[in-house]
Amino acid sequence: MTTIVEMTGIEKRFPGVHALKNARFDLRAGEVHALMGENGAGKSTLMKILSGIYTPDSGEIRVLGNVVQLDGPRTAQAAGIGIIHQELSLMNHLTVAQNMFIGREPRLSFGRLDEKTLNQNAADIFRSMNLKMSTQAIAGELTIAKQQMVEIAKALSYKSKILIMDEPTAALNDAEIADLFDIIRKLKAEGVGIVYISHKMDELKRIADRITVMRDGEYIDTVAAADTPISRVIAMMVGREVNDEALRVPDTSANPIALEVKGLRRGREIRDVSFSLRKGEILGFAGLMGAGRTEVARAIFGADPLEAGEIFVNGEQISIKSPNDAVKAGIGYLSEDRKHFGLALGMDVRANIALASMKTFTDSLGRLNERAMQDTAKKYIRQLGIRTPSDTQEVKLLSGGNQQKVVIAKWLLRDCDILIFDEPTRGIDVGAKSEIYQLLIELAQSGKAIIVISSELPEVLRLSHRIAVMCEGRLTGILPGGEGTKQEEIMHLATLRESMVTNEANDAARRAG
Amino acid sequence: MSNMQATTESVQKDNAGAALKRRFDGAQQKLLAFASLIVLVLVFTFASPNFMQTSNVLAILQATSVNGILAVAATLVIITGGIDLSVGTLMTFTAITAGVFLTYWGLPLPIGILAAIGAGVLCGLISGTIISKMKVPPFIATLGMMLILKGLSLVISGTKPIYFNSTPSFPVISTGSIIGDIIPSVPVPNGVLVLFAVAALASYILGRTVLGRYCFALGSNEEAARLSGVNVDAWKISIYALSGGICGIAGLVIASRLNSAQPALGQGYELDAIAAVVIGGTSLSGGRGTILGTVIGALIMSVLLNGLRILSMPQEWQTVVTGSIIIAAVYADMIRKKKA
Repeated sequence: MTTIVEMTGIEKRFPGVHALKNARFDLRAGEVHALMGENGAGKSTLMKILSGIYTPDSGEIRVLGNVVQLDGPRTAQAAGIGIIHQELSLMNHLTVAQNMFIGREPRLSFGRLDEKTLNQNAADIFRSMNLKMSTQAIAGELTIAKQQMVEIAKALSYKSKILIMDEPTAALNDAEIADLFDIIRKLKAEGVGIVYISHKMDELKRIADRITVMRDGEYIDTVAAADTPISRVIAMMVGREVNDEALRVPDTSANPIALEVKGLRRGREIRDVSFSLRKGEILGFAGLMGAGRTEVARAIFGADPLEAGEIFVNGEQISIKSPNDAVKAGIGYLSEDRKHFGLALGMDVRANIALASMKTFTDSLGRLNERAMQDTAKKYIRQLGIRTPSDTQEVKLLSGGNQQKVVIAKWLLRDCDILIFDEPTRGIDVGAKSEIYQLLIELAQSGKAIIVISSELPEVLRLSHRIAVMCEGRLTGILPGGEGTKQEEIMHLATLRESMVTNEANDAARRAG
Repeated sequence: MSNMQATTESVQKDNAGAALKRRFDGAQQKLLAFASLIVLVLVFTFASPNFMQTSNVLAILQATSVNGILAVAATLVIITGGIDLSVGTLMTFTAITAGVFLTYWGLPLPIGILAAIGAGVLCGLISGTIISKMKVPPFIATLGMMLILKGLSLVISGTKPIYFNSTPSFPVISTGSIIGDIIPSVPVPNGVLVLFAVAALASYILGRTVLGRYCFALGSNEEAARLSGVNVDAWKISIYALSGGICGIAGLVIASRLNSAQPALGQGYELDAIAAVVIGGTSLSGGRGTILGTVIGALIMSVLLNGLRILSMPQEWQTVVTGSIIIAAVYADMIRKKKA
């Protein structure tokens, strides 16, 4: 196989950060080369250099053997390099075809657009991808998965021989990931070299040919995917062996019930969901995307309305009409989208921790007691091990794992005894993940009742004392946690369509006790 | 083979469906504004026999022309996700420029017209450059520009109105009537024709040209456009320049109507223009909007003011009603979007 990209001695400094130190990377035609590393390891920076978004301070880039100067997205595109960004970058108000050819629309005289040719060209690319999609749909109205496909089609429209995919599966469900992998295999067969960045370890075995690991801006090693165990890759990424202890399921059957819900309903999204949660227990929620897990959590938290259902907290029936009611009842909800719903990114750690409990820091004249806020913040920084230079650091400068800890601190301070975590480790490094897991286990040990919603089955299995599985808005079964439960059993329940329900689910429920 | 044909067909059908749906959505948005306009006209017609008289209808159209042209200029900028607070004083500045060229320097009319439009384009270029190259937020940049132009208008005019008595053909731009010359019973003033011409041109640019496409692209996701290799800065500057040029046309229309350039006039026009844009369904967060909607929005505002005046509502209350209408229009649009 021919080498199509060779990057050597790449240096890049940003103010205060040495982002890339003598980094290197190579890519062969027709391979999927996974680029692995924790957040901040320099993967994205290296790929932004390869796609012309950043210019390196020094170093050499060869494409097809020739040294190239990539000084802008256009030059990189001309060199046959396409990138699909982590944050989808489509223009929501434009159509699919208009998005694909933005910046190089077919034109008539006087800057007039040739919309017909534009749509024709887009349709041609879809056909070559075996993709059935309208070229005139508005991008913003498509599902994330389809938007992802549009991004890929766009990259292909540049006749890219080199395709960089930055976390392409972050928002896809299993079926959509399978579709994506089909397209990747097809591209491989056509000789396209693909750089694949992902945090999902299980995908490496399925799709990657080689794996390059980076750490702290440096090149660590390149290995063949087929004969390298995942644990070895993780060890290279974090620079030490991560020992994930096996889950010990405590006996919580004697603990009082903290939360019980009966017959929750809303349209097709939530269909007759009932379950209970004891103090000290971690209840995992598994299911495919769109199964209704987040909907149930948001409904319990009062963020979305319910049509029917009863909610009991500590045995007492309560009415939750708004998040305010839920918080008063001691329920905290940690959204999957921390940046949008969990944190005030521009404010400091201290203010973020105090944000939900401002009343306790306010005197009768409405003045804030900064001193008390500082003491509280420092207490939680110590207790949760939040890595931050000080309590006045802006939250946006913290890593994902530490931001998550700030959100946890906020809800702990609010005295929430029932905590609902929606995708608690999304976008968080492998190393920091085990820390968050440990924290959740400790919270449970201290008597908090915890719900964990996660799309990653290993995560659900790693944490849950019991596992609730949902499919199409229904709770299809509750499985016991621990080693007895296999991923296959969960997947079975997660794909249990309506007609199949009844006996099987009942069996599973009985088994969970 | 037949299988593949079937696929292609169904995708084509899909395409047609999507296009149709889009057209319907767009139509619905305009329909709401248009229906409001019809309702207003019906209410006032019913309330006062004077409302539907030819002279009054012409007065409404005449009154719409300046605000309408400014609103078209503002629409272009607002679709990019920006805002232009300087359209009102820019209009005044271009009117004064025409006055200086025609009256003070005695130059021929075509040169005066070019000077006014040129001054508008130049100011747009400057605003656009400050916004895209110096990264000053549009609100601040055009707020500054608004004050600068207000001051400059007073400076170059010597703080007094400039009259166009030495250019007798100048008032024809706005108050003459080409249509009236042909069909005497409908003497639609030329200023109104200018509005429709400007609107048609802007609509074409938005829908059919590269410049228009980037207008929507910038408002929709500027970073994505940049990463796709679009020269974002250059296009943004072009859009502000185009908008400035249109303000120059508005300057000519108002100066021609008053047969004078008034240096103190113009402030407050920018808010009327933005109000018309918003009533017409253009999103202030960018990426969405139509010129037809804006023109309807401008018509709604002048019909409302004219009607309330005919019903002898005091001036101060007219303003209160206008403010309420703006809020109601945006609220109605939000409800419509939520349902969709």
